[in-house]
Formats: sequence, structure tokens, C-alpha cells
Amino acid sequence: MVNPKSKVQTSKLKIKKTKTINLPLTKGNVLSLCVGDMVLINGQIVTGRDKLHKFLFNKKPSKKQIPFNLEGTILYHCGPIIKKTAKGFELIAGGPTTSMRIEMYEHRIISEYGLRGVMGKGGMGRQTLNALKENGCVYLHTIGGAAVYLADRVKKVVDVWKLEDFGNTEAMWVFDVKEFPAIVTMDAHGGSLHEKIERSSYIEFKRLIGLR
Amino acid sequence: MFKLRDAIVKLYKKAATSLPTDVEAALRYAHAEEKERSNTKAALSVILENTKIARETVRPICQDTGVPVFFIKVPFGIRHLEIRSVIIEATRIATVKVPLRANAVDILTDKNSGDNTGIGFPVMYFEETKGKKLTIDLMLKGSGCENAGQLYKLPVEELKAERDLGGVRKCVLDTVYKAQGKGCPPYIIGVGIGASKDQVTRLAKEQLLRGIEDKNKHEVLSELEKRLLRDINQLGIGPLGLGGKTTAIAVKIGVNHRHPASYFVDVSVCCWADRRARLTW
Repeated sequence: MVNPKSKVQTSKLKIKKTKTINLPLTKGNVLSLCVGDMVLINGQIVTGRDKLHKFLFNKKPSKKQIPFNLEGTILYHCGPIIKKTAKGFELIAGGPTTSMRIEMYEHRIISEYGLRGVMGKGGMGRQTLNALKENGCVYLHTIGGAAVYLADRVKKVVDVWKLEDFGNTEAMWVFDVKEFPAIVTMDAHGGSLHEKIERSSYIEFKRLIGLR
Repeated sequence: MFKLRDAIVKLYKKAATSLPTDVEAALRYAHAEEKERSNTKAALSVILENTKIARETVRPICQDTGVPVFFIKVPFGIRHLEIRSVIIEATRIATVKVPLRANAVDILTDKNSGDNTGIGFPVMYFEETKGKKLTIDLMLKGSGCENAGQLYKLPVEELKAERDLGGVRKCVLDTVYKAQGKGCPPYIIGVGIGASKDQVTRLAKEQLLRGIEDKNKHEVLSELEKRLLRDINQLGIGPLGLGGKTTAIAVKIGVNHRHPASYFVDVSVCCWADRRARLTW
């Protein structure tokens, strides 16, 4: 959220062409995205990290039991700093958390709840990559540590679920975002930048330490 | 002691919101090195912009304000217990004032204490000093990178890592290869070598307090630090793991004597948001 005390005008990203994506996404939208695309996201996304994933995976609440419609949206791996004020919730900082920790859960969350995107940092593994392909979903890599830059692209904290049970960091928040930047690093066509870099770095690693 | 408490609250604020200038300079250099119009360069632009906004609006650089780790040098005559309780009080205040994210979770109940205090939380390392001044170094260690650290017991056959500095080098490269982009590179790598597990993990973390340009007092370690930095940057993992030239901006190695039968190596990984600040009292 834009801090009222903030005097800083953030400049536009000076980068190659970006694609704008408006939520909710359709399968067709997702299929048009490929590894390497820089996207700017508009619309409502939800957050969820370790506890929420463990809960959804083990307790399997039905779609009706979740107060928001997750179909077509993006699940953002984020444990924000949020302050409660007289006017509502104020987002102070909200960058991504490491996605790999929820690798064992994510594939089922994608298929059960109809997500079209998962967003975090560091990439995910094979199970998730397969789920992206099977269900028409995409992994978005946003900028780790850029917590205030990204919080300033959240226009409103719309709602929250499981706040009492899980607390601020682990609750599911609904954020209304505008021009929220991310890079497609795993797509619905089986492509993964993370696998590619892991492979090439492994060759270099073996060379450096003299392993055949 | 109220004054000290308030100074520690300020220390928290400084560490959380203002990236050390040597780290920022290294990130600027990394940005200049990456290919024009690449995603990696764009990501580094956002990182630099974020650093600026955080400093100017006095908000935390990263939402994970980490585990607070204190290295405290206490002169004669000051009680450690007293400093400990002042730090705990300052932590509670800073959690509200900065604000910090509440990160202390009870293992048994799984409840977050809500104020960043708990059993062994924050982490405090005390040492007595002959000097007259109290020195408090605070590091806010994010857990994305903390999870990327590794502990080795040499030799390690899979790496063909023997019990020598060549073996240490292989361990460090193994850690960074395994970390990939999960801990937010460009990294600062701290290495501790010695006789026991608990000692080397602390020693590795302590190395992260050294500035980016700090030169190791042992020539052989200084050379190894430089060589490892070049090696790591050959891996091509790059900023945030998106591919590119800069995977690390510094490697710092510390040594203790070891037991003839033991050769422990701990590798501590720090994210680009290397939040540290010092208070001298």
C-alpha cells in the first residue's frame, strides 16, 4: 500500500516488453504465457504459505468453505507485515517467501481449487511443474526481498481468512494489486527456468570441483 | 538502561530499513554487469529501487525481518543478564515500532508469541572485551537464506572433499549449488571451520558481520575467499536464481583450531538483504 508519508515516486521499470494480465485468468490466458515473460498483474490475488498449504492439503476444505473464489486467481507465497489501523489493515511490507517449502502440497492445491497461478520465489519442483501442465497453471517468480516496492503495488487489503487460527503471517489475505511485477519461470508447457539453471550450474559445479 | 533500550530499538530500525552501503554498492555493480533488457537486470533494478524506498520511507526492506542475532561485546563490570533483559524489552518495543514481523513460534503449541521473543529468541552471543565500550552487532537473518545453509563433516566422499582447504572449497560450492535461487542471491557467504558443530555454525555467522571489502588477516584464507567468489560466480545461478553473472558478492572465512579427528565446516548463506547494524555504547 502506498504509505501516505512516502514522498518517493517509484519509476517505471525500464525493461523489455511486459505482458499485462488481468485476473481472473482463463486456461487460454495461461497457455499464452511462456518462461521468460515479464508480466504485470492486475486484480485480486490471495496469499498462502506453510500453514495454509498444510491445512488445505490435509483438511481438504470444500470450495464453499473458503470465503473467496480461488478459481482463476493467483496464490501468492507471502507472509506480509500488516498493521491493523482504525481504517482497516495496512500492508507495510509484502515480498515473496521461498516456494520450495510447499512443494509437497502445491500440486493438489492447484488441481483442487482451480488456481491459474502460483507466485513466490526460488521456483518449485517436478510435482508442481507437472501440475501446472495438467491443470493449465503458471509459476510466477517475483522479486525476493523487494517487500516495500511490491507492497506499494497492492492497492488494497480486501479481506482475510484464518487470521485467528494462523495469525498475520500465515493467514490467507486477499490483495487487490495493480501492475504487480513477476517473471514466468515455470509455464504450462513443461518449461522451467529453474530446471534449466540447475542443470547448467551442475555441469559447472562438477567441473569446478573436479568431479566427472 | 532506558537509554540503552531505546538505542537498541533504533538499532533494530536501522538494520531493518537501511541496507549497509557496502552491500548496496556491490548490488549496483552487479546491476551494471548484467545484460541490458534482461529479466535479471530488471529484477536488480527493483531491488535497488526497493532499497531506496525502504530507506526513505523507513519501512523494512524485506517482510521477513528474520531471526534477530546479537553479537555482544561486554566490558568488565556490566552484567550480561542485565543486557539480556534490555535486549528482550527492546525487541518487544521494536516489533511494534519498526514494525518487525512477529517470527517467534513455540515448538510445542505452534503459536507465534507475537513479539519476537521466546525461548532462545532473539539469539544472543556474549563475549567479554578488554575494551571500555559495549559493542552490539545486530543481524536480522532472513530464513529463506538461513534454510540454505549447510554443515559438513570432512571428509565427504561424494564431493571428493578431503580434510584440507581444498575440501572446504568444495563444500562451499556444494552449498551454493544446492541453494540455487531459493535464498535470494546475490549471496554473502560466511564459512566457519573448526572442532565442534556448535562452534563452527556461530563462527560462520559471525563472518557475515565483516564488511564486503574486509580483508582476511590470513593471506591463505584471503586468497581462498577471492577464489571462491570467482568460482561461485561461474555457476550462472545469478541474482534471485534467474541466471546471470553475480551469484555472490562476498565470501568470508573464519577458522578455529580443530581436533585431530574432526574437521567441521559450516556454510552460512546470507541473502542480498544483508541487514546488519552496530551500536557502540
